[in-house]
Amino acid sequence: MSSLSRRRLFTAAAGVAVAAAAPRMVFAQAMAPAGAFKLPALAYPYNALEPHIDAKTMEIHNTRHHQAFVTNLNNFAKDNPQIAEKPIADVLANLSALPDTIRTGVRNSMGGHANHTMFWEIMGPNGGKAGGEVLAAIDRDLGGMEKMTNDFNAAGGRVFGSGWVFVNVAKDGKLSMETRPNQDNPMMDGKLALFGNDVWEHAYYLNYQNRRPDYLKAWWNTVNWTKISERYAAAKAGKLAV
Amino acid sequence: MTFTLPALPYAYDALAPHMSKETLEFHHDKHHQAYVTNGNNLLKGSEFEGKSLEEIVKGSFGKNAPLFNNAGQHYNHLHFWNWMKPNGGGDKLPGKLAKQIDSDLGGLEKFKTDFAAAGVGQFGSGWAWLSVKNGKLEISKTANGESPLVHGATPILGVDVWEHSYYIDYRNRRPDYLKAFVDHLVNWEYVESLYSKVA
Ligand SMILES: [Fe+2]
Ligand SMILES: [Fe+2]
Repeated sequence: MSSLSRRRLFTAAAGVAVAAAAPRMVFAQAMAPAGAFKLPALAYPYNALEPHIDAKTMEIHNTRHHQAFVTNLNNFAKDNPQIAEKPIADVLANLSALPDTIRTGVRNSMGGHANHTMFWEIMGPNGGKAGGEVLAAIDRDLGGMEKMTNDFNAAGGRVFGSGWVFVNVAKDGKLSMETRPNQDNPMMDGKLALFGNDVWEHAYYLNYQNRRPDYLKAWWNTVNWTKISERYAAAKAGKLAV
Repeated sequence: MTFTLPALPYAYDALAPHMSKETLEFHHDKHHQAYVTNGNNLLKGSEFEGKSLEEIVKGSFGKNAPLFNNAGQHYNHLHFWNWMKPNGGGDKLPGKLAKQIDSDLGGLEKFKTDFAAAGVGQFGSGWAWLSVKNGKLEISKTANGESPLVHGATPILGVDVWEHSYYIDYRNRRPDYLKAFVDHLVNWEYVESLYSKVA
């Protein structure tokens, strides 16, 4: 498929995919266990985030790394359908309830699935600027945009090895920042990510190699603030799934 | 002591096609160099100044995470460059090592499979190891900058499974990288030299 027709397809599908994402996930989970977990479709083509994130990186990241988590989850769900029958937030908040044999695997793969689902969603071309309630919350809770981005980049730079840096949103709309190792997700402690950045080397190595700080800085050009505003409203309404 | 970065013991292109020149340039000149530079900065004025690298690694573990991360990775990478050589791997192991692998680990073929599996199973950044503990060989894996050294064992072979080790050459295919490492890169003479010191 040419990138033009793929772009048109994605653009046409984007609105539908966004509107249908949550109900479709619920529906799919009711059908557990056969293939209950699905790789979500990106709302933009792989090359849409260039030059900040290259198309090859996006493709491998989505179709290999994220797909591996989805495949693992579907395999775990064959013998443990309960992981597909409950909302992801419930499973991640209660990992200790899982059998020893799958606990670490579900932690890694469901954490990875949740993290990357959020990640694709909060990026996109023409992402605009922070505004409205989100910007007010950033000013109030994180010292303003400039301080927030500086702190976020510094925190992401300090993650030794693989991990993520998140801005979390509480039910009352309060924001906070944290990092987590590997594919751990704030839901594992009953929190919720508003947005986050992947600092595993696979997220940037083809384009930036060892220069993680350059990636962290450039990444802000890919952030979709419209989407983050939607997520912020959804979180306050208790309707943000992942 | 202060940390210094020695030159690679072979040319940058000597391990191709199993590990490319580009990978070795970034891995040695940038990643390892950063551990050396950061380690020296963190060492300055700390209680570990003047100690040997192994003492610093063991002493800072669980006490001073930033220093441990950099000193640990310096130790790991110093050996890692020597754990590889052009036309390495193979099935002829020097000295007593082959016998010990047979008796402790079920033979060389099983060792290769289990060692690679340890590397695949290390979720996120880290290393897979062959080490000697209480006179016996064992296979293990560790996260980030850790090594068997801080778990009462002596590492005699290790493979870096941070994505920076293989992403340029293998992308997400870590199992292919590990297979190439055991089949074509391992410098068994260096492994044997470390083994003979503790066995
Ligand atoms: Fe990732
Ligand atoms: Fe490394």
